Amino acid sequence: MNYNPQFSVVWNNAGLFIQGVWLTFQITGVAIAFGLLLGILGAIGRTSDNRIANGIAITYVEFFRNTPFLIQLFFFFFGLPSIGVRMSPWQAAVLALAINFGAYATEIVRAGIEGIGKGQVEAGLALGFKPFQIFRHIVLIPALGNIYPALVSQIVIAVLFSSVVSQISAEELTFVGNYLQSRTFRSFEIYLAISFIYVALVWCLKAIAFLIQRRFFAFTQYIR
Amino acid sequence: MQDFTLSQILVNLLMATKWTIALSAIAFVGGGLAGFVIMLLRISPNPWLRSLSILYIEIFEATPLLMQLFLVFFGLSVVFNLNLSPWLSAAIALTTYSSAFLADIWRGSVEAVPHGQWDASRSLGLAYSKQLQRIILPQAIRMSIPSTVGFAVQVIKGTSLASVIGFIELTRSASSISNVTFQPFLVYSLAAVIYFCLCFPLSLWSKHLEKQFTYSS
Repeated sequence: MNYNPQFSVVWNNAGLFIQGVWLTFQITGVAIAFGLLLGILGAIGRTSDNRIANGIAITYVEFFRNTPFLIQLFFFFFGLPSIGVRMSPWQAAVLALAINFGAYATEIVRAGIEGIGKGQVEAGLALGFKPFQIFRHIVLIPALGNIYPALVSQIVIAVLFSSVVSQISAEELTFVGNYLQSRTFRSFEIYLAISFIYVALVWCLKAIAFLIQRRFFAFTQYIR
Repeated sequence: MQDFTLSQILVNLLMATKWTIALSAIAFVGGGLAGFVIMLLRISPNPWLRSLSILYIEIFEATPLLMQLFLVFFGLSVVFNLNLSPWLSAAIALTTYSSAFLADIWRGSVEAVPHGQWDASRSLGLAYSKQLQRIILPQAIRMSIPSTVGFAVQVIKGTSLASVIGFIELTRSASSISNVTFQPFLVYSLAAVIYFCLCFPLSLWSKHLEKQFTYSS
Protein backbone atom coordinates (compact mmCIF):
# COMPACT_ATOMS: atom_id res chain seq x y z
CA MET A 1 0.00 0.00 0.00
CA ASN A 2 1.88 3.04 -1.22
CA TYR A 3 -1.04 5.36 -1.71
CA ASN A 4 -0.51 8.88 -0.49
CA PRO A 5 -3.84 10.38 0.57
CA GLN A 6 -4.24 14.12 -0.03
CA PHE A 7 -6.91 15.47 2.23
CA SER A 8 -6.22 19.01 1.03
CA VAL A 9 -8.91 18.43 -1.59
CA VAL A 10 -11.38 18.23 1.30
CA TRP A 11 -10.15 21.34 3.16
CA ASN A 12 -9.91 23.41 -0.02
CA ASN A 13 -13.51 22.68 -0.90
CA ALA A 14 -14.94 22.99 2.61
CA GLY A 15 -17.40 25.61 1.37
CA LEU A 16 -18.88 23.17 -1.14
CA PHE A 17 -19.26 20.50 1.54
CA ILE A 18 -21.06 22.93 3.84
CA GLN A 19 -23.34 23.90 0.98
CA GLY A 20 -23.99 20.22 0.37
CA VAL A 21 -24.94 19.67 4.01
CA TRP A 22 -27.34 22.62 3.82
CA LEU A 23 -28.96 21.24 0.63
CA THR A 24 -29.29 17.77 2.19
CA PHE A 25 -30.85 19.43 5.22
CA GLN A 26 -33.38 21.28 3.04
CA ILE A 27 -34.36 18.27 0.92
CA THR A 28 -34.84 15.94 3.88
CA GLY A 29 -36.51 18.64 5.99
CA VAL A 30 -39.16 19.41 3.39
CA ALA A 31 -39.62 15.72 2.55
CA ILE A 32 -40.03 14.71 6.19
CA ALA A 33 -42.60 17.48 6.79
CA PHE A 34 -44.72 16.31 3.84
CA GLY A 35 -44.05 12.66 4.63
CA LEU A 36 -45.25 13.09 8.19
CA LEU A 37 -48.46 14.66 6.90
CA LEU A 38 -48.89 11.73 4.52
CA GLY A 39 -48.18 9.35 7.37
CA ILE A 40 -50.85 10.92 9.57
CA LEU A 41 -53.38 10.83 6.70
CA GLY A 42 -52.38 7.24 5.95
CA ALA A 43 -52.75 6.25 9.59
CA ILE A 44 -56.23 7.81 9.73
CA GLY A 45 -57.13 5.75 6.66
CA ARG A 46 -55.52 2.65 8.10
CA THR A 47 -57.45 2.86 11.38
CA SER A 48 -60.78 3.95 9.89
CA ASP A 49 -63.76 1.62 9.48
CA ASN A 50 -64.13 2.73 5.87
CA ARG A 51 -63.03 -0.21 3.72
CA ILE A 52 -61.96 1.91 0.75
CA ALA A 53 -59.82 4.28 2.83
CA ASN A 54 -58.32 1.28 4.59
CA GLY A 55 -57.58 -0.50 1.31
CA ILE A 56 -55.92 2.55 -0.23
CA ALA A 57 -53.77 3.05 2.85
CA ILE A 58 -52.68 -0.62 2.97
CA THR A 59 -51.82 -0.66 -0.74
CA TYR A 60 -49.83 2.54 -0.39
CA VAL A 61 -47.87 1.31 2.61
CA GLU A 62 -47.12 -2.18 1.34
CA PHE A 63 -46.18 -1.06 -2.15
CA PHE A 64 -43.75 1.62 -1.05
CA ARG A 65 -42.23 -0.43 1.74
CA ASN A 66 -41.57 -3.40 -0.51
CA THR A 67 -39.88 -1.67 -3.45
CA PRO A 68 -36.44 -0.02 -3.44
CA PHE A 69 -36.24 3.73 -3.03
CA LEU A 70 -34.04 4.03 -6.13
CA ILE A 71 -36.74 2.48 -8.33
CA GLN A 72 -39.35 4.81 -6.83
CA LEU A 73 -37.09 7.77 -7.52
CA PHE A 74 -36.44 6.71 -11.13
CA PHE A 75 -40.14 6.12 -11.61
CA PHE A 76 -41.01 9.64 -10.47
CA PHE A 77 -38.19 11.34 -12.35
CA PHE A 78 -37.96 9.31 -15.58
CA GLY A 79 -41.30 7.49 -15.66
CA LEU A 80 -43.83 10.20 -14.88
CA PRO A 81 -42.73 12.66 -17.64
CA SER A 82 -43.90 10.12 -20.22
CA ILE A 83 -47.44 10.57 -18.96
CA GLY A 84 -47.00 14.33 -18.91
CA VAL A 85 -45.90 15.00 -15.32
CA ARG A 86 -42.60 16.85 -15.43
CA MET A 87 -40.56 17.65 -12.36
CA SER A 88 -37.19 19.20 -11.62
CA PRO A 89 -34.68 16.84 -9.98
CA TRP A 90 -35.26 18.66 -6.69
CA GLN A 91 -39.04 18.25 -6.87
CA ALA A 92 -38.81 14.58 -7.83
CA ALA A 93 -36.32 13.98 -5.02
CA VAL A 94 -38.53 15.61 -2.39
CA LEU A 95 -41.62 13.86 -3.71
CA ALA A 96 -39.99 10.42 -3.71
CA LEU A 97 -38.47 10.91 -0.26
CA ALA A 98 -41.75 12.22 1.16
CA ILE A 99 -43.86 9.40 -0.26
CA ASN A 100 -41.34 6.79 0.89
CA PHE A 101 -41.13 8.32 4.36
CA GLY A 102 -44.94 8.59 4.47
CA ALA A 103 -45.35 4.84 3.94
CA TYR A 104 -43.16 4.01 6.95
CA ALA A 105 -44.64 6.87 8.97
CA THR A 106 -48.16 5.52 8.33
CA GLU A 107 -47.30 2.25 10.04
CA ILE A 108 -45.52 4.01 12.89
CA VAL A 109 -48.36 6.48 13.52
CA ARG A 110 -50.93 3.69 13.21
CA ALA A 111 -49.13 1.69 15.90
CA GLY A 112 -49.22 4.83 18.07
CA ILE A 113 -52.95 5.39 17.52
CA GLU A 114 -53.77 1.75 18.21
CA GLY A 115 -51.71 2.00 21.39
CA ILE A 116 -54.17 4.56 22.78
CA GLY A 117 -56.83 2.68 24.74
CA LYS A 118 -60.47 2.89 23.71
CA GLY A 119 -61.28 3.96 27.26
CA GLN A 120 -59.32 7.19 26.71
CA VAL A 121 -61.46 8.09 23.70
CA GLU A 122 -64.64 7.22 25.58
CA ALA A 123 -63.51 9.36 28.48
CA GLY A 124 -63.01 12.22 26.02
CA LEU A 125 -66.49 11.73 24.62
CA ALA A 126 -67.95 11.68 28.13
CA LEU A 127 -66.21 14.97 28.87
CA GLY A 128 -67.91 16.50 25.84
CA PHE A 129 -64.88 16.84 23.53
CA LYS A 130 -65.65 17.24 19.84
CA PRO A 131 -64.36 14.43 17.53
CA PHE A 132 -61.54 16.63 16.18
CA GLN A 133 -60.52 17.67 19.70
CA ILE A 134 -60.48 14.03 20.76
CA PHE A 135 -58.32 13.15 17.79
CA ARG A 136 -55.91 15.99 18.47
CA HIS A 137 -55.58 16.02 22.26
CA ILE A 138 -56.34 12.45 23.27
CA VAL A 139 -55.20 10.39 20.30
CA LEU A 140 -52.60 12.25 18.25
CA ILE A 141 -50.36 14.01 20.77
CA PRO A 142 -49.98 11.13 23.27
CA ALA A 143 -49.57 8.76 20.30
CA LEU A 144 -46.76 10.97 18.97
CA GLY A 145 -45.06 10.70 22.33
CA ASN A 146 -45.24 6.91 22.20
CA ILE A 147 -43.94 6.59 18.67
CA TYR A 148 -41.27 9.26 18.95
CA PRO A 149 -38.27 6.86 19.10
CA ALA A 150 -39.45 4.91 16.03
CA LEU A 151 -40.06 8.17 14.20
CA VAL A 152 -36.56 9.40 14.98
CA SER A 153 -34.97 6.25 13.54
CA GLN A 154 -37.09 6.68 10.44
CA ILE A 155 -35.91 10.29 10.11
CA VAL A 156 -32.31 9.09 10.37
CA ILE A 157 -33.03 6.61 7.56
CA ALA A 158 -34.52 9.44 5.48
CA VAL A 159 -31.32 11.48 5.90
CA LEU A 160 -29.27 8.50 4.74
CA PHE A 161 -31.64 7.76 1.85
CA SER A 162 -31.37 11.34 0.68
CA SER A 163 -27.87 10.51 -0.61
CA VAL A 164 -29.57 8.39 -3.27
CA VAL A 165 -31.24 11.41 -4.89
CA SER A 166 -27.81 12.41 -6.23
CA GLN A 167 -28.55 9.75 -8.87
CA ILE A 168 -31.11 11.99 -10.57
CA SER A 169 -28.66 14.89 -10.12
CA ALA A 170 -30.60 16.56 -7.34
CA GLU A 171 -28.00 18.67 -5.58
CA GLU A 172 -27.08 17.65 -2.05
CA LEU A 173 -24.09 16.34 -0.12
CA THR A 174 -23.45 13.19 -2.16
CA PHE A 175 -23.91 15.15 -5.37
CA VAL A 176 -21.14 17.50 -4.19
CA GLY A 177 -18.96 14.42 -3.62
CA ASN A 178 -19.61 13.04 -7.09
CA TYR A 179 -18.92 16.42 -8.62
CA LEU A 180 -15.60 16.87 -6.80
CA GLN A 181 -14.62 13.27 -7.46
CA SER A 182 -15.10 13.72 -11.19
CA ARG A 183 -12.85 16.82 -11.14
CA THR A 184 -10.07 15.72 -8.82
CA PHE A 185 -10.15 11.89 -8.96
CA ARG A 186 -9.53 11.95 -5.18
CA SER A 187 -12.41 9.53 -4.66
CA PHE A 188 -11.13 7.92 -1.46
CA GLU A 189 -10.55 11.18 0.45
CA ILE A 190 -13.79 12.76 -0.73
CA TYR A 191 -16.08 9.82 -0.02
CA LEU A 192 -14.39 9.18 3.32
CA ALA A 193 -14.94 12.81 4.30
CA ILE A 194 -18.57 12.68 3.18
CA SER A 195 -19.16 9.45 5.07
CA PHE A 196 -17.89 11.10 8.23
CA ILE A 197 -20.07 14.15 7.60
CA TYR A 198 -23.09 11.83 7.40
CA VAL A 199 -22.01 10.12 10.63
CA ALA A 200 -21.71 13.53 12.30
CA LEU A 201 -25.11 14.62 10.96
CA VAL A 202 -26.81 11.46 12.20
CA TRP A 203 -25.17 11.60 15.62
CA CYS A 204 -26.15 15.29 16.02
CA LEU A 205 -29.69 14.46 14.95
CA LYS A 206 -29.88 11.67 17.53
CA ALA A 207 -28.54 13.97 20.25
CA ILE A 208 -31.06 16.71 19.40
CA ALA A 209 -33.84 14.13 19.27
CA PHE A 210 -32.88 12.93 22.73
CA LEU A 211 -33.03 16.48 24.13
CA ILE A 212 -36.42 17.07 22.49
CA GLN A 213 -37.74 13.84 23.91
CA ARG A 214 -36.68 14.84 27.41
CA ARG A 215 -38.24 18.28 27.01
CA PHE A 216 -41.57 17.54 25.26
CA PHE A 217 -42.39 13.87 25.59
CA ALA A 218 -41.30 13.30 29.16
CA PHE A 219 -44.97 12.63 29.94
CA THR A 220 -44.89 9.31 28.05
CA GLN A 221 -43.34 7.66 31.09
CA TYR A 222 -46.54 8.44 33.04
CA ILE A 223 -48.98 6.89 30.56
CA ARG A 224 -49.03 3.15 31.07
CA MET B 1 -34.06 2.44 -31.60
CA GLN B 2 -34.77 -1.19 -31.11
CA ASP B 3 -38.26 -2.53 -30.78
CA PHE B 4 -38.86 -4.48 -27.61
CA THR B 5 -42.09 -6.30 -27.08
CA LEU B 6 -43.59 -6.39 -23.62
CA SER B 7 -42.60 -10.02 -23.17
CA GLN B 8 -39.00 -9.30 -24.22
CA ILE B 9 -38.79 -6.51 -21.66
CA LEU B 10 -40.18 -8.78 -18.99
CA VAL B 11 -37.84 -11.67 -19.86
CA ASN B 12 -34.82 -9.36 -19.75
CA LEU B 13 -35.86 -7.93 -16.41
CA LEU B 14 -36.43 -11.38 -14.98
CA MET B 15 -33.00 -12.52 -16.18
CA ALA B 16 -31.44 -9.58 -14.33
CA THR B 17 -33.53 -10.44 -11.27
CA LYS B 18 -31.46 -13.55 -10.72
CA TRP B 19 -28.42 -11.32 -10.07
CA THR B 20 -30.45 -9.29 -7.60
CA ILE B 21 -31.30 -12.53 -5.82
CA ALA B 22 -27.69 -13.79 -5.95
CA LEU B 23 -26.29 -10.54 -4.56
CA SER B 24 -28.95 -10.45 -1.83
CA ALA B 25 -28.13 -14.03 -0.86
CA ILE B 26 -24.39 -13.34 -0.66
CA ALA B 27 -24.92 -10.16 1.34
CA PHE B 28 -27.35 -11.85 3.67
CA VAL B 29 -25.25 -14.95 4.32
CA GLY B 30 -21.94 -13.04 4.50
CA GLY B 31 -23.54 -10.32 6.60
CA GLY B 32 -25.06 -12.98 8.82
CA LEU B 33 -21.70 -14.65 9.50
CA ALA B 34 -19.87 -11.37 10.13
CA GLY B 35 -22.85 -10.01 12.04
CA PHE B 36 -22.85 -13.02 14.33
CA VAL B 37 -19.21 -12.44 15.27
CA ILE B 38 -19.86 -8.72 15.84
CA MET B 39 -22.88 -9.56 17.97
CA LEU B 40 -20.69 -11.87 20.09
CA LEU B 41 -18.22 -9.00 20.58
CA ARG B 42 -21.12 -6.64 21.33
CA ILE B 43 -22.36 -8.79 24.21
CA SER B 44 -18.92 -9.89 25.42
CA PRO B 45 -17.88 -9.11 29.01
CA ASN B 46 -14.71 -7.38 27.73
CA PRO B 47 -15.38 -3.59 27.59
CA TRP B 48 -12.79 -3.00 24.83
CA LEU B 49 -14.32 -5.51 22.48
CA ARG B 50 -17.73 -4.11 23.31
CA SER B 51 -16.75 -0.52 22.52
CA LEU B 52 -15.11 -1.61 19.28
CA SER B 53 -18.24 -3.38 18.10
CA ILE B 54 -20.47 -0.48 19.18
CA LEU B 55 -18.31 1.86 17.11
CA TYR B 56 -18.53 -0.48 14.11
CA ILE B 57 -22.31 -0.74 14.35
CA GLU B 58 -22.86 2.98 14.98
CA ILE B 59 -20.65 4.04 12.06
CA PHE B 60 -22.14 1.63 9.56
CA GLU B 61 -25.67 2.46 10.65
CA ALA B 62 -24.99 6.18 10.30
CA THR B 63 -23.56 6.23 6.76
CA PRO B 64 -25.59 5.86 3.60
CA LEU B 65 -25.21 2.50 1.86
CA LEU B 66 -24.42 4.46 -1.30
CA MET B 67 -21.34 6.00 0.39
CA GLN B 68 -20.17 2.57 1.54
CA LEU B 69 -20.48 1.31 -2.03
CA PHE B 70 -18.54 4.31 -3.37
CA LEU B 71 -15.84 3.92 -0.72
CA VAL B 72 -15.32 0.26 -1.61
CA PHE B 73 -15.63 0.65 -5.37
CA PHE B 74 -13.75 3.93 -5.90
CA GLY B 75 -11.88 4.26 -2.63
CA LEU B 76 -10.40 0.83 -1.92
CA SER B 77 -9.34 0.33 -5.51
CA VAL B 78 -7.31 3.56 -5.39
CA VAL B 79 -5.80 3.04 -1.95
CA PHE B 80 -4.79 -0.60 -2.35
CA ASN B 81 -4.25 -0.31 -6.09
CA LEU B 82 -6.78 -3.06 -6.69
CA ASN B 83 -9.10 -3.43 -9.58
CA LEU B 84 -12.28 -4.40 -7.77
CA SER B 85 -15.12 -5.42 -10.04
CA PRO B 86 -18.57 -3.93 -9.40
CA TRP B 87 -19.67 -7.45 -8.46
CA LEU B 88 -17.05 -7.85 -5.73
CA SER B 89 -17.39 -4.26 -4.50
CA ALA B 90 -21.15 -4.62 -4.18
CA ALA B 91 -20.75 -7.92 -2.34
CA ILE B 92 -18.24 -6.42 0.12
CA ALA B 93 -20.24 -3.24 0.78
CA LEU B 94 -23.56 -5.03 1.20
CA THR B 95 -21.98 -7.65 3.45
CA THR B 96 -20.51 -5.08 5.85
CA TYR B 97 -23.76 -3.10 5.75
CA SER B 98 -25.86 -6.17 6.60
CA SER B 99 -23.41 -7.32 9.27
CA ALA B 100 -23.84 -4.10 11.26
CA PHE B 101 -27.64 -4.20 11.15
CA LEU B 102 -27.90 -7.94 11.84
CA ALA B 103 -25.47 -7.63 14.76
CA ASP B 104 -27.69 -4.91 16.21
CA ILE B 105 -30.89 -6.91 15.68
CA TRP B 106 -29.40 -10.02 17.29
CA ARG B 107 -27.93 -8.03 20.16
CA GLY B 108 -31.48 -6.90 20.88
CA SER B 109 -32.71 -10.50 20.96
CA VAL B 110 -29.90 -11.63 23.27
CA GLU B 111 -30.68 -8.76 25.62
CA ALA B 112 -34.36 -9.71 25.51
CA VAL B 113 -33.54 -13.07 27.10
CA PRO B 114 -34.32 -12.57 30.80
CA HIS B 115 -31.18 -11.99 32.85
CA GLY B 116 -32.14 -14.79 35.22
CA GLN B 117 -31.29 -17.24 32.44
CA TRP B 118 -27.64 -16.12 32.57
CA ASP B 119 -27.58 -16.31 36.35
CA ALA B 120 -29.24 -19.73 36.39
CA SER B 121 -26.87 -21.18 33.81
CA ARG B 122 -23.86 -19.78 35.66
CA SER B 123 -25.08 -21.19 38.92
CA LEU B 124 -25.21 -24.59 37.21
CA GLY B 125 -21.47 -24.22 36.63
CA LEU B 126 -21.60 -23.78 32.85
CA ALA B 127 -18.69 -21.95 31.20
CA TYR B 128 -19.43 -18.69 29.34
CA SER B 129 -19.34 -20.41 25.96
CA LYS B 130 -21.68 -23.13 27.15
CA GLN B 131 -24.06 -20.58 28.71
CA LEU B 132 -24.30 -18.86 25.35
CA GLN B 133 -24.45 -22.01 23.28
CA ARG B 134 -26.88 -24.06 25.33
CA ILE B 135 -29.06 -21.54 27.13
CA ILE B 136 -29.00 -18.03 25.74
CA LEU B 137 -28.60 -18.34 21.97
CA PRO B 138 -31.32 -20.95 21.39
CA GLN B 139 -33.83 -18.60 23.02
CA ALA B 140 -32.43 -15.48 21.38
CA ILE B 141 -32.41 -16.99 17.90
CA ARG B 142 -36.08 -17.89 18.15
CA MET B 143 -36.91 -14.33 19.09
CA SER B 144 -34.76 -12.82 16.37
CA ILE B 145 -36.27 -14.70 13.44
CA PRO B 146 -39.12 -12.24 12.58
CA SER B 147 -36.84 -9.17 12.46
CA THR B 148 -34.12 -11.10 10.64
CA VAL B 149 -36.58 -12.03 7.90
CA GLY B 150 -37.75 -8.42 7.89
CA PHE B 151 -34.17 -7.27 7.37
CA ALA B 152 -33.84 -9.58 4.35
CA VAL B 153 -36.32 -7.22 2.66
CA GLN B 154 -33.97 -4.29 3.38
CA VAL B 155 -31.08 -6.24 1.84
CA ILE B 156 -33.00 -6.99 -1.35
CA LYS B 157 -33.98 -3.33 -1.67
CA GLY B 158 -30.40 -2.32 -0.84
CA THR B 159 -29.00 -4.32 -3.75
CA SER B 160 -30.71 -1.86 -6.11
CA LEU B 161 -27.98 0.65 -5.17
CA ALA B 162 -25.33 -1.68 -6.59
CA SER B 163 -26.65 -0.58 -10.00
CA VAL B 164 -25.03 2.80 -9.37
CA ILE B 165 -21.50 1.35 -9.46
CA GLY B 166 -22.37 -0.62 -12.59
CA PHE B 167 -23.37 -4.00 -11.26
CA ILE B 168 -25.99 -5.33 -13.66
CA GLU B 169 -29.01 -6.40 -11.64
CA LEU B 170 -32.69 -5.58 -11.86
CA THR B 171 -32.45 -1.79 -11.43
CA ARG B 172 -29.48 -1.43 -13.78
CA SER B 173 -31.14 -3.53 -16.40
CA ALA B 174 -34.37 -1.53 -16.02
CA SER B 175 -32.38 1.67 -16.63
CA SER B 176 -30.72 0.24 -19.73
CA ILE B 177 -33.96 -1.11 -21.17
CA SER B 178 -35.80 2.14 -20.54
CA ASN B 179 -32.99 4.03 -22.29
CA VAL B 180 -33.34 1.81 -25.34
CA THR B 181 -37.12 1.59 -25.49
CA PHE B 182 -38.00 5.12 -24.30
CA GLN B 183 -40.67 3.56 -22.11
CA PRO B 184 -39.46 4.45 -18.61
CA PHE B 185 -42.98 4.45 -17.20
CA LEU B 186 -43.62 0.85 -18.23
CA VAL B 187 -40.14 -0.49 -17.50
CA TYR B 188 -39.77 1.03 -14.02
CA SER B 189 -43.31 -0.06 -13.15
CA LEU B 190 -42.46 -3.63 -14.14
CA ALA B 191 -39.21 -3.51 -12.16
CA ALA B 192 -41.11 -2.21 -9.14
CA VAL B 193 -43.62 -5.05 -9.46
CA ILE B 194 -40.81 -7.62 -9.63
CA TYR B 195 -39.18 -6.16 -6.49
CA PHE B 196 -42.57 -6.19 -4.83
CA CYS B 197 -43.02 -9.88 -5.68
CA LEU B 198 -39.63 -10.62 -4.08
CA CYS B 199 -40.11 -8.52 -0.96
CA PHE B 200 -43.79 -8.71 -0.12
CA PRO B 201 -43.89 -12.46 0.65
CA LEU B 202 -40.91 -11.99 2.98
CA SER B 203 -42.64 -9.06 4.70
CA LEU B 204 -45.79 -11.12 5.15
CA TRP B 205 -43.78 -14.05 6.46
CA SER B 206 -41.98 -11.80 8.93
CA LYS B 207 -45.30 -10.39 10.17
CA HIS B 208 -46.73 -13.91 10.46
CA LEU B 209 -43.72 -15.13 12.48
CA GLU B 210 -44.01 -12.14 14.75
CA LYS B 211 -47.66 -12.91 15.47
CA GLN B 212 -46.90 -16.57 16.03
CA PHE B 213 -44.20 -15.62 18.47
CA THR B 214 -46.45 -13.23 20.42
CA TYR B 215 -49.10 -15.93 20.80
CA SER B 216 -46.72 -18.65 21.87
CA SER B 217 -44.97 -16.60 24.53
